[in-house]
Amino acid sequence: MRLLYFAWVKEKAGIAAEEVAPPDGVATVAELIDWLKGRGPEFAHAFARAEVIRAAIDQRHVRHDAPIAGAREIAFFPPVTGG
Amino acid sequence: MIRVQREDFDVGAEIARIKARRSDIGAIVTFTGTVRDRDGAVAAMTLEHYPGMTEAELARVEAEACARFALQASLIVHRYGTLEPGDNIVLVATASEHREAAFEAARFLMDYLKTRAPFWKREDGPSGARWVEAEARDEAATARWSKEPAAKQP
Repeated sequence: MRLLYFAWVKEKAGIAAEEVAPPDGVATVAELIDWLKGRGPEFAHAFARAEVIRAAIDQRHVRHDAPIAGAREIAFFPPVTGG
Repeated sequence: MIRVQREDFDVGAEIARIKARRSDIGAIVTFTGTVRDRDGAVAAMTLEHYPGMTEAELARVEAEACARFALQASLIVHRYGTLEPGDNIVLVATASEHREAAFEAARFLMDYLKTRAPFWKREDGPSGARWVEAEARDEAATARWSKEPAAKQP
């Protein structure tokens, strides 16, 4: 699946987009965040306050308990500030 | 209609386009959001967005407004890129037979896009760059609509 990062999540993670294959057992957005945090200090830093980070699956907002099975694109970003 | 663009927009031209070749509109409300300086703290503002989802989310918000209010036309234009204080950021225009639907729908569209459209503002100033933080009152403004009936108002 393709992961995208925006705004300060992107800056802290040091990457805008990547392809990943999470291991079996990573079934929800929250579990994906936990897995990402274990990939290195940049990701641990970017996701340190996981509760404030928003997610979208295939370009729709989702909660952290959303299942990721079948997702093609998952994005992580801070609360939006447009308008 | 929704548009996501780097370029500026002309509110008068957009109103003329909405009214062109029709005579059934009695009310047009527009809202323009602009870059605000805070006592010299903001030299520039950069709007990042999520291409693809931005368009999808604005279209969903617009469809929801059309389902709730008796609109004859609606338009959302949102800019991205680097802007300066005083520059336009966003335009919402709503057209209806009577003013109530246009006023309410414009407010609804702004409240929803503030908390749903994937844009992020970064301010650049003398003390460096900072990401603008989301405000709880914006979430509260959006939540207000879920308590109200979704029936179409004339």
